[in-house]
Amino acid sequence: MSQKTFGQALNEALTISMETDENVFIAGEGVGVSIHQDSNMATYDLLKKFGPRRVKDTPVSEAAIAGLAVGASCMGLRPVVEIMFFPFITLASDMLVNHAGKLRYMSGGKSSFPLTVRVKAGVGFGAGSQHSHNLESWIAHSPGLKIVWPSTPEDAKGLLLTAIFDPDPVIVVEDMMLYRMLGEVQTGDIRTPLGKARMVSPGSDCTIVAYGVALYTVMKALNPLSEQGISCEVIDLRSLVPLDKACILDSVRKTGRLVVVHEANRFCGFGAELAAMVAEEAFEALKGPVKRVGAPQIPVPTAPTHEKIFKPGPEDVVLAVRETMKK
Amino acid sequence: MKKNQIVPNLQIRLYKSMILTRKFEEKIVALSQEPDRMPGMQILANGQEAVATGIVSALKPEDVIISNHRSHGHLLARGTDLNSLMAEIMVKDKGVNGGKAGTLHLSVPDVNVLMTSTVVGAGPPLAIGAAFAQQYKRAKGITVVFFGDGAAAEGSVHEAMNLAGVWKLPLLFVCENNCWAGAQRLEEHCATQHIFQRAKGYDMPGQNVDGNDVEAVYNLAVELVEYCRSGKGPALMEALTYRMRGHGEQDRQHYVDLRELAIWKAKCPIRRYRQKLLNDGVLNQAQIKTIDQDAETRVSAAVAFGDESPYPGPETALTDVFVQPPSA
Repeated sequence: MSQKTFGQALNEALTISMETDENVFIAGEGVGVSIHQDSNMATYDLLKKFGPRRVKDTPVSEAAIAGLAVGASCMGLRPVVEIMFFPFITLASDMLVNHAGKLRYMSGGKSSFPLTVRVKAGVGFGAGSQHSHNLESWIAHSPGLKIVWPSTPEDAKGLLLTAIFDPDPVIVVEDMMLYRMLGEVQTGDIRTPLGKARMVSPGSDCTIVAYGVALYTVMKALNPLSEQGISCEVIDLRSLVPLDKACILDSVRKTGRLVVVHEANRFCGFGAELAAMVAEEAFEALKGPVKRVGAPQIPVPTAPTHEKIFKPGPEDVVLAVRETMKK
Repeated sequence: MKKNQIVPNLQIRLYKSMILTRKFEEKIVALSQEPDRMPGMQILANGQEAVATGIVSALKPEDVIISNHRSHGHLLARGTDLNSLMAEIMVKDKGVNGGKAGTLHLSVPDVNVLMTSTVVGAGPPLAIGAAFAQQYKRAKGITVVFFGDGAAAEGSVHEAMNLAGVWKLPLLFVCENNCWAGAQRLEEHCATQHIFQRAKGYDMPGQNVDGNDVEAVYNLAVELVEYCRSGKGPALMEALTYRMRGHGEQDRQHYVDLRELAIWKAKCPIRRYRQKLLNDGVLNQAQIKTIDQDAETRVSAAVAFGDESPYPGPETALTDVFVQPPSA
């Protein structure tokens, strides 16, 4: 165990994967020489360690970067490519949605695409909606793609390593607001399984599911809720596809209530899928309505006053839990 | 002065490959006119056989092909098993992709036709991945990607050419210019009539060729394939040909000038080559007849193979999405 930031943990995962397997290479805009000289960036110093054959700076060409990953993975390499900001994934989406996700199926299982796409996400750095836009439900809606979203340094390392060595395409979402967060990280090659949620804190009255930085919004709501005598069970989803249905359903069957929290737009967001799943599969256990905490249906604003309205806060979580508790 | 690489044995192979493709696709035309025989869109390259045959014949087994929606010629020239190919086009269980590709998404990694994409312009970015893998592994093979004049309007083609140029990838871009993008003529959808000239912008050699002259296509392909294999970087080859049928079999070509079609019909690459081989004494009428009949026999056998195969069973509909599917 040692103390690492989230970014350093990602960096360690990339380093270990490249030391372990010659077939791993990384590519993207500024993954070698970056405008940020910051040891909390995932690709920091990798060019120095592994050289320009394996650490490839690319032109500003997201379709080409994603195509590179699809084509190279089909030839047996394990590409780890970076799409700088989540909204830019729209430029790469044909290669991901129509190719990475579909070509194995259409080959009748003859081809496989063991590629990893790292993408930076986050709301709250004032850059506005073309740099901040969480599109996880687009990805989750597209068959053939897996998507994970770590919220701790330990899981950042473990999920990225698992993603890189997974035989299928995996999108790893990195919350920028977490890059400098410190945490205990196991040394060596650790693998966090895909499709396994993490029980953060047990409780009896209401299940709260979150992922990424939204988990910490939930944590800030726990004290005020407990002061009101409400005991919450908090689940860090970690992996959206595959989804740990059992963990959520078991918890809801115990608490009888569900609140889902994410920073993406609430309308057609990933929380809708979880709400529907619980309604279909654990309806008899529900004691109150499923509540979703997410952003209003507007582009991510730039002014701090507007950003605050966009981004769910602990008070929104408290309100949602109270509503389903009818308190 | 370009080197002539053509020897008589090769001439016979080129002819056989082209006539097999023609007979194969003519059979698809016939079957698609029968009810429920050929589900899905049938998109053919009738009249463009010399491009596929000429280029694929210039490749080595280790070379990788990325194809598109007009892929049959590429696959047949590569020696794909006729039976499982036809069965796949008929979306049958015994098809080369188990009936999950159909005519449009055929991939036959066994013969290094790594994948096809029917998203117009998607081949080139996929091809940079394949070519990068070859460069990275220091392999001897190169990658060839086929795309059309319509695809040349896609931004992804520019991205791929630029990246290939920067990284000097072993990648031959082949633009099969068949003068049509859907119902739009070349001059209506392309700012220049010579797509190969774009190569300059990516610091790669670019050349064009009469795409209905199989030997000219072959000779230029050998030259450019050698260039790519030498490690100097990518190249762009444009083969001018003509789409003799509609975009797909449902397209009745109401927008096509029949006089133009007649002009190109006279330039048919197969008729032209047959005449040349007869004139040069490489083959006689009887030998040609035997070759043509043999192609027809093989195609009929492939259809029979496809007819005997059932459609894929419901149990395979949900498989092959992931290598490692979610356990739940």
